[in-house]
Amino acid sequence: MEPAPIVMSARGVVKRFGDLCVLDGVSMDVRAGEVVVIIGPSGSGKTTFLRCLNHLERIDAGEILVHGRSVGYRPGPGRPVEERPKVVAERRRNIGFVFQRFNLFPHMTALENVAVAPVKVLGVPKEEAREQAHALLARVGLADKAASRPSALSGGQQQRVAIARALAMKPDLMLFDEPTSALDPEMVGEVVTVMKELVADGMTMIVVTHEMAFARSAADRLVMFDNGVIVEQGAPDDLATSAEENRTKAFLRRIDSSQ
Amino acid sequence: MAAGFDWAFFWQYLLSPSAVFLEGLWRTVYISVVAQLLGVLLGFVIALAQRSRFGALRWVGRCYVWLIRGTPLLVQLVIVYNGLAAAGVYRFSDVELGGFVLLGVVQAAVLTLAVNEAAYMAEIFRAALDAIDPGQTEAAQALGMTPTTTMRVVLLPQALRIIVPPLGNEFNLMMKSTSLLSVIGLQEMFLTAQSINSATFKTFEIFLVVACCYLALTTIWSFIQRFIERRLADPGRVIAPPSLRSRLGGTLLAGKGVR
Ligand SMILES: Nc1ncnc2c1ncn2[C@@H]1O[C@H](COP(=O)(O)OP(=O)(O)OP(=O)(O)O)[C@@H](O)[C@H]1O
Ligand SMILES: [Mg+2]
Repeated sequence: MEPAPIVMSARGVVKRFGDLCVLDGVSMDVRAGEVVVIIGPSGSGKTTFLRCLNHLERIDAGEILVHGRSVGYRPGPGRPVEERPKVVAERRRNIGFVFQRFNLFPHMTALENVAVAPVKVLGVPKEEAREQAHALLARVGLADKAASRPSALSGGQQQRVAIARALAMKPDLMLFDEPTSALDPEMVGEVVTVMKELVADGMTMIVVTHEMAFARSAADRLVMFDNGVIVEQGAPDDLATSAEENRTKAFLRRIDSSQ
Repeated sequence: MAAGFDWAFFWQYLLSPSAVFLEGLWRTVYISVVAQLLGVLLGFVIALAQRSRFGALRWVGRCYVWLIRGTPLLVQLVIVYNGLAAAGVYRFSDVELGGFVLLGVVQAAVLTLAVNEAAYMAEIFRAALDAIDPGQTEAAQALGMTPTTTMRVVLLPQALRIIVPPLGNEFNLMMKSTSLLSVIGLQEMFLTAQSINSATFKTFEIFLVVACCYLALTTIWSFIQRFIERRLADPGRVIAPPSLRSRLGGTLLAGKGVR
């Protein structure tokens, strides 16, 4: 069987904040339909890497291509030139991003949160967007919360609205930055369930999470970051449960014992 | 002065003011409203300049605020109306607009008040925009919104709620600042009172009438402001209506600033 096409390709990505080198040459390919879970200690650059993928963060060297095209840069004389914000905005449309702290728009209802981007960015007629938004809210199990403001929703509900909001743009790549780590333990399950449904639908996903149950059951590949580099990667079963000792197992034992 | 307080004179001017006096009162009102509206618009533009991704624009915005806030309104008025004319740079002259004569001095007054107000409004806009969680901008960006759409759809609606209370305070100050326009010979309420004073020598009486008029204006405004605040408030949150006492107290205490 022919391998699926590459959706995202990072080559030697370097990111510095002043003197601090947060990403020190990260390379990774993600193919269509693949689910990649990124783990690693705090401060290892996981969030930064994810943010670089849709150009919420500039990079200092290397290259990131989504569908063969850079989101934030065009080739320039010598080094790449940053694209104008308008161009970047257009190229972000088919990349969904789910934040650790939801970042829902507080002045809009759940339905408006989901419908706003299709209307304002894609020019979808309002009625059509609202219908789609209703369907998406139903898909994440929140059909009855359409009229609620984010302030009236629980953390788990807010995160599910945020996932629906990202899906409304019909992305073909979804990025999740610790989507369950700001939630009370009893709400983790409902968000993980929604994510697993996405996996079942064949969505290409890059997920930063320490939710190992999700990683084991859903991830095609586990990638371990440390100090801004990928130190290990492979099938979750090989890395997390193999007989030999490795850094991933040591790391997972550490977070297990701290929980 | 043994003459005592002339109650008859006071009541007469308060309850049935002369046409000249009413004309002055009316000018105070429309100059305040127009100058405030222009000041809000210009202030927003200055705030945008201060947040621009272009360094030169940020510099222009900062210089504007520094210059305007660093000099007294009284001095600005004299420079714009008398100074520019004396130097032969520009003389404000009356223009006729469809049968309605717009006095040169009114043009100078509105322009100066608006330019002055814009500096303060720019700071208010800036503080309000800064108060919004950066996660809001990032969420909007991640959905493919351009900076303009992000501002219009996500940031401005949230900023407006923060802006209304200080904006109300600014308008209160604006109405009182119009008394300074007497210095360039604009017949608003204060100057009208002064000419009545020089004809009648009823200084205490006539300026008490003036004070009552300003107080009436600012009180009416404080009720309008409250109404707007309630309309803009998050419907999910219930705000107890303030007592009449706190309302009046607020009016009396608000805006003691001198420019
Ligand atoms: N805007 C910024 N300015 C300066 N330093 C930053 C900035 N953002 C992140 N950093 C630093 O970069 C490093 C990597 O941060 P990052 O958020 O990517 O780590 P992480 O792997 O996501 O950690 P965590 O598990 O705690 O979320 C940290 O040392 C952090 O302090
Ligand atoms: Mg992180």
